[in-house]
Amino acid sequence: MTWWNRLRRRNQMEDQLEKELRFHLEQHTAELIARGHTPAEARRLARLDLGGPEQVKEECRDARGARWLEDLWHDASYALRALRQKPGFAAVSIVTLALGIGASTAIFSAVNPILFEPLPYPHASRVMMIWYAGPGGARANQAFGTYRELAARSRTFEAIAVFKPWQPTMTGPSEPERFDGQRVTADYFHALGVAPALGRDFDPADDRIHGPDRVILSDSLWRGKFGSDRSIAGREITLNDNLYTVMGVMPAGFENVLAPSTEIWSLLQYDATLPQQGREWGHHLRMVGRVRAGMGTDQARAELDQIAHTPTPEFSRPPWASMKLGLMVDSLQDAVTRGVKPALLAVIGAVLLVLAIACVNVTNLLLARGAQRRAEFAMRAALGAGRTRLIRQLLTESLLLSLAGGLLGMVIAELGVRGLVALSPPELPRIGAIGVDGAVFAFALGVSTLIGLVVGLVPALHASRDELHIGLQQSSRRSAGGHQLTRRTLVVAEVGLALVLLVSAGLLLRSLQHLFAIAPGFDASHVLTMQVQVSSPRRYPKDQDYHRFFAQALDAVNHVAGVASAAFTNVLPLGDDASNEVFGGHFENDNDPNDDHRAYRYAVTPEYFQTMSIPLRRGRLLDAHDMLPAPARPVLINESFAKRKFGGLDPIGQRVRFGGDNDRPWDVIVGVVGDVKQTSLAVSESNGFYVATAQWLWADNPLTLVVRAHGDPAALAPAIRDAIWSVDKDQPIVRAATMDQLVAASAAERGFALILFEAFGLVALALAATGIYGVLSGSVTERTREIGVRSALGATRGDIVALVIRQAMTLTGLGIAIGLAGAVIASQALITLLFGISRLDPVTYLGVIALLAGVSGIACWVPAWRAARVDPSITLRTD
Amino acid sequence: MTPKSDLPQGTLDLLILKVVALGPVHGYAIAQRLQQVSRDVVQVPQGSLYPALHRLENRGLLAADWKETETGREAKFYRLTRKGRAQLETETASWQRLTGAVGLILDLSEGGAE
Repeated sequence: MTWWNRLRRRNQMEDQLEKELRFHLEQHTAELIARGHTPAEARRLARLDLGGPEQVKEECRDARGARWLEDLWHDASYALRALRQKPGFAAVSIVTLALGIGASTAIFSAVNPILFEPLPYPHASRVMMIWYAGPGGARANQAFGTYRELAARSRTFEAIAVFKPWQPTMTGPSEPERFDGQRVTADYFHALGVAPALGRDFDPADDRIHGPDRVILSDSLWRGKFGSDRSIAGREITLNDNLYTVMGVMPAGFENVLAPSTEIWSLLQYDATLPQQGREWGHHLRMVGRVRAGMGTDQARAELDQIAHTPTPEFSRPPWASMKLGLMVDSLQDAVTRGVKPALLAVIGAVLLVLAIACVNVTNLLLARGAQRRAEFAMRAALGAGRTRLIRQLLTESLLLSLAGGLLGMVIAELGVRGLVALSPPELPRIGAIGVDGAVFAFALGVSTLIGLVVGLVPALHASRDELHIGLQQSSRRSAGGHQLTRRTLVVAEVGLALVLLVSAGLLLRSLQHLFAIAPGFDASHVLTMQVQVSSPRRYPKDQDYHRFFAQALDAVNHVAGVASAAFTNVLPLGDDASNEVFGGHFENDNDPNDDHRAYRYAVTPEYFQTMSIPLRRGRLLDAHDMLPAPARPVLINESFAKRKFGGLDPIGQRVRFGGDNDRPWDVIVGVVGDVKQTSLAVSESNGFYVATAQWLWADNPLTLVVRAHGDPAALAPAIRDAIWSVDKDQPIVRAATMDQLVAASAAERGFALILFEAFGLVALALAATGIYGVLSGSVTERTREIGVRSALGATRGDIVALVIRQAMTLTGLGIAIGLAGAVIASQALITLLFGISRLDPVTYLGVIALLAGVSGIACWVPAWRAARVDPSITLRTD
Repeated sequence: MTPKSDLPQGTLDLLILKVVALGPVHGYAIAQRLQQVSRDVVQVPQGSLYPALHRLENRGLLAADWKETETGREAKFYRLTRKGRAQLETETASWQRLTGAVGLILDLSEGGAE
């Protein structure tokens, strides 16, 4: 065997071993001759006494422990040659392994920091979110008044803080720049358990109305805008035309998971006297708290419940903040991940399926290859290769495959993680913490290597049993081996796993179709949006000045060529978090004065309805007259609100007050407009009311400009921006996006899961197809002789094709049946991601079954066709 | 062939060390000497002699040089290293302790039976 010679490197050690043994044999032979044996007899006896020379050598090599490195080199170079002889096998194995390892590493790397790692705060499990319980178990935002009461009465929390978003604009020597920030109460960082790295935390004494203006900077802002100036604490910076004193800088590693883009923090500074009509009692703040050491969530929940249900005269509560439904407590981790958890768990399930399919495929490939190589191993064992040596050889081959697969998998994982971060929906928390996770990669590599090793051992064990001669004989006959059952199991497993994955992907795809088929209540096409903010309170001291700026800006925009109509709104459907804009409404004809009709507030300019194509159902829309001050404000309500409150009655002319100010005159309902999806396409209609921007209690700022264009809306953006800046060039304009983009983004979470499932589905389909093909073509090859006999006995080509296909499709059918059961179970985990279809949607199931059956049919047609062309005279003669 | 006893586990190394301790010697001579000294009672499978030699060499108990024999042939001569001599002494002592103890027990049980 030339490969054996090629393998053997004649180095010094081998030479000496050879010489030593030869010397022994010659001495022994000479002595036997001297004792009277014939030379031939003497040689035979001497050899018999010593044993097989190759075996002795092998044992001597083993005895010299340091050999392993050399062996490894031999094994590796031999394995490389062996793999190069079968490039197809090697490529398919490596790519399969790489896909399995790469995909699972990427997904687990992304999901691990989000779902499983504790948040980056000391004793993170003690940080809680506290919500105001709304009707139907809804989590509502908190009012400042409630915060004051809880902070004073709670004993289980060592710190409670409330906060809201804030977008200050910094002016100075360079051009104005808007930052993402938060207004927080003084205990905010204490609740998270992180103190500034530089300077001091907020002083609670400063957190009062008209208190001193203080800010704390994020590390990135400090580095980017202030040149890492270590003497920054105490310096003043200009934000929104006011001087703010920098208190400190947060540490570099500080992750603000509650609002990840935050770069700057300032104090909330609400009025501690809690005027009932003020913002102090509006439900627009989020609340976070840190439980004392040794106290659990249950104690916190019990105490908050007790406080909620035992009002004291010291802390009076308005009816809309009575806490009659109690409070809700979540761990911060749950609160941060709640929205994305179902999608991420589903994705983990999908990637595990892909990994399983990859493992099945590799098992399959190695088994097939092992069967083909039984003869080779039998031969090598007969020539003196030790059992350990054979096993080592196979292990080296498997390891080589795993290493190559692992390396390629690493590349896939790296690309995958980058792709995931790029594709991730905005709701995905802790994006910054995502990176390829070494431990996860090692785990995936380990699992697949282990499988490779175990499976790779099978032929070695066969070969090293005492049935070498059987192996040698069998190899020449290529009759069906003993692996048929294993292989059939593999085909069934493969089809089953692929079905589960494809059904899941199909269900998500159909959900998304349904979702996009939903009318959002407005016409998103040809609409451009951007946020415009007035950030110079000195130049615009009064509300009237704000209104004038926005009116002039709108006028300028209307003069831009290509603009059909334009309007301002405080809240954009599907684009903004409108939870701060929920107001309690009281109608004149309410039976119970404590009735609280919560509704989204839309402060808009009159052209808003025309620009967004929101239809009028009854009464009239707002017009230019409504932009002037009026004692009784005209308001519009949406269809669902009208139906819920008035049923069959005509709401036009009914009187209502929004915002809790009982001293104001009643507003009058002048019209009813169509419903608009506010939070997401999937969430059903909520109450909404519309009021003219100029007539609301305060001037909303920032406002969002919506523009309906004649042509491509995105192309208009620069001209529109210039038009607004022609009014005042110092006011920032941000977040330009088309309405179509916002609608797509609102389905981003499902879309993200869908992209992943589609990718995994395609991979699974490809792996299943190659797997089925590999198994079937392998078994046809092994049965060449049997097929030859059959056709010699008169079977037609059609008979043989039918035979092969019938067997393959029986296995496919079994796999589909088992996969269906799995898919029904798996679809339960997807329920929260589905929309508009049942988890047992027959279209999806039937479609996937047809697809898999088709793929399987094609995969078995090729070997069947080849089998039919077997020439009996050739196959029978090869033996 | 006359029936011969198998070597007790682990004693081959000890016997080889003892033989080599008498002076540098090649593999074939070790086999011969083991057979002669043990008066053909102990079977030393030649097939396991060489792996044992290589193992002892690898552990640093034996060293080897290529030298000419009296007949002018080149052969691999093994000699005891310092470490090998120490090993031989400890193993001999422990072997004697063991056989002494086994002998005592055997005597004792005979005495008890009679």
